[in-house]
Amino acid sequence: MTASATKWTGRTREYDLVKEFVIALLAVSVLTVALAALFSSPDEKQITISTWSRGAPNDFVLTAATELDGTSGTATYGAPYNHTPDAAQKIGPVSLQHIAGVTHPIDTVADFVVGPLTGVPADAALAAALQQWHAAGDTQRQTWASGYDDALSKAPDNDPAQVKQGDYGPAPVMLNRLLTMAQSGGLDGALLAQKQFFATDYTKPLLFIADGSYLEDRARAQHLGGDQWGMMNETGNYPGQAWLWLYTFWYQVQPFSTSDNADALVWGLMALLSLALVLVPFIPGVRSIPRWIPVHRLIWRDYYRGIRATSDAR
Amino acid sequence: MTAPALPRTWTGRLRARAERALPPEQLLPDHQPVYVTSWIYVFGVLTLAAFLVVLVSGGVLALKGPQWWHRSSAGHYFNSLHLWSVELFMAFMVIHLWGKFFMAAWRGRRAMTWITGAVCFLGSIGTAFTGYLVQSNFDSQWISTQAKDGLNSAGVGAFFNVLDFGQMLMWHIVLLPLVVGFVIGIHILQVRRRGVVPPMQLDPRDVIAPEVTP
Repeated sequence: MTASATKWTGRTREYDLVKEFVIALLAVSVLTVALAALFSSPDEKQITISTWSRGAPNDFVLTAATELDGTSGTATYGAPYNHTPDAAQKIGPVSLQHIAGVTHPIDTVADFVVGPLTGVPADAALAAALQQWHAAGDTQRQTWASGYDDALSKAPDNDPAQVKQGDYGPAPVMLNRLLTMAQSGGLDGALLAQKQFFATDYTKPLLFIADGSYLEDRARAQHLGGDQWGMMNETGNYPGQAWLWLYTFWYQVQPFSTSDNADALVWGLMALLSLALVLVPFIPGVRSIPRWIPVHRLIWRDYYRGIRATSDAR
Repeated sequence: MTAPALPRTWTGRLRARAERALPPEQLLPDHQPVYVTSWIYVFGVLTLAAFLVVLVSGGVLALKGPQWWHRSSAGHYFNSLHLWSVELFMAFMVIHLWGKFFMAAWRGRRAMTWITGAVCFLGSIGTAFTGYLVQSNFDSQWISTQAKDGLNSAGVGAFFNVLDFGQMLMWHIVLLPLVVGFVIGIHILQVRRRGVVPPMQLDPRDVIAPEVTP
C-alpha cells in the first residue's frame, strides 16, 4: 500500500469547510450578479420562415424549388430523415448514422410544399396547379421541378420574375403561392402543426430554413460559421461555449476540414478522447505527466519546504 | 468482548454501512492535513457554489417558462445570471480539474473520485449545450442546425433530436441536471471518504498509479 492510500496520520490544522462554502457561495453570487448587471446576455431575434421569405424572397423560392425536386440538403440528407443511398457518414466501413435508421421521416415534396399548399382555401389557380401535379406521373413531376429549379438558379439574382420561358408545369404557381403563404406567416404554423395542435418539435421548419442561405449568411456575419470556430462562439461579443474548443478545433484542420465524413470522424475522435479523460488514472504515460511537469511542487511548496527544513536540521 | 450484532433490517444494515464508510467526523471534518494550503483547493468549493447559483437562476427561469426572458427585463436579467453563473461554473471546474490532474489526485484508491469528476465535466458540457439549444432565439436556431450533423453522424440524432425544442428543454431542466447533481454528490462523498490526496513524494519512484482495491 502506498503512503497516499493510507489515512493521513501527520499534522493537521483547523479547516472550516462550512465557512469556506458559505464564503464561496456569497462570492460567486456577488460576482454573478455583477457580471449579469454589467454585461447582460445576448438575445438575437430568431428567424421565422415569414421573416426569411420577406427578407430574401428569391432565396426562399429557390430553396423551395430544391425541396420540390428533391435536391435540397434535407431531401438528400439520409438518416435520420430519409433513405438517400450513400448519404450517411462513416468511420471506416461503419456507419452508425445508417445503423440508427430513419427515425424522423421527412418527404420534402409532401411535407414542405404540397402538404402545406393543400390547406390553402379559395385559390382557383393553385387548386388547378395542385390537380395538375397530382395527375402527373413521377417522371413528369421531376422534369417540371428540376427544370424550374435549374431555370431559377440561372435567373439574374435567382429572381422568379426573370426566369427563362419554359415548360415548368404547375411548379411556378405552386412556389409562388408557397411564397405568399410563407410571407403571411402561414407556412411557419403549417410546418409546425402538421400532426397536432400542441407542438414543440421544430425539426421541419428548422430544416427548411437551414436549407436556404439566409440563416447561414446571418450566422457568418456573426462569425458563427463552421470554419470560424462557430460552435463555441456566441452572437455579439459574448463568451460562448469555450469548453467546446477542442471539438471545434478538429473542424479547422486536415483531414477533418475537407472530409465528407468530418462529423463522424470528429465525433469518433472526441468519444475516444473523452473516454481517455475519464480513464486517465489507468493510462500509463498520461498518468505520469504530473511527475514530468512538476506543478505539484508549486501547489505543495510549503509542505516540501517543511520536509527539507526537517531534513536539513538532522 | 463480543462484536456488535449486525442489524436485522435492511434499513439498519444500510445505516450501519453508511456509518462505517463515512462517520460524521469524516463527512464533515473540522481539520485537514497541513499540506492543504494552496489556493488551488478553493476551486472545488467555488465550482460547487457556482453550481448552486446555476440551479437557482435556472429554477427561476423554469418557474416563469421558457419565453419569459424574451419579453421581460427581469426575465432577461435572470437569464444573464444563469449565463454568467454557467460561465463561472465551467471556468472553476476546468481549473479544479487541471489542478487535480497535476496533483495526480487519483493516487491511493482515489480513481473513482477522478472518474466521477471527469463524468461531471462531460455531463456539464452536455447540460450547457442543451441550454444553448433552448434559448429559443437565433443562436439556438444556428447551434441546433449545425450540431445535428455531428449527432446524426454518430447515430445519436436518431433518439436525441436537437431540433426538437420540447425534448431538449426536458433534457436541460430535468434529466441532465439530475444526472450531474447525482454524480457531483457521489464525487463529494468520495472526496470525504478517501480524504484529500497527499503530496507526491519527492522520490521519483513513488507510485503514481491508483490502487483499485477497495
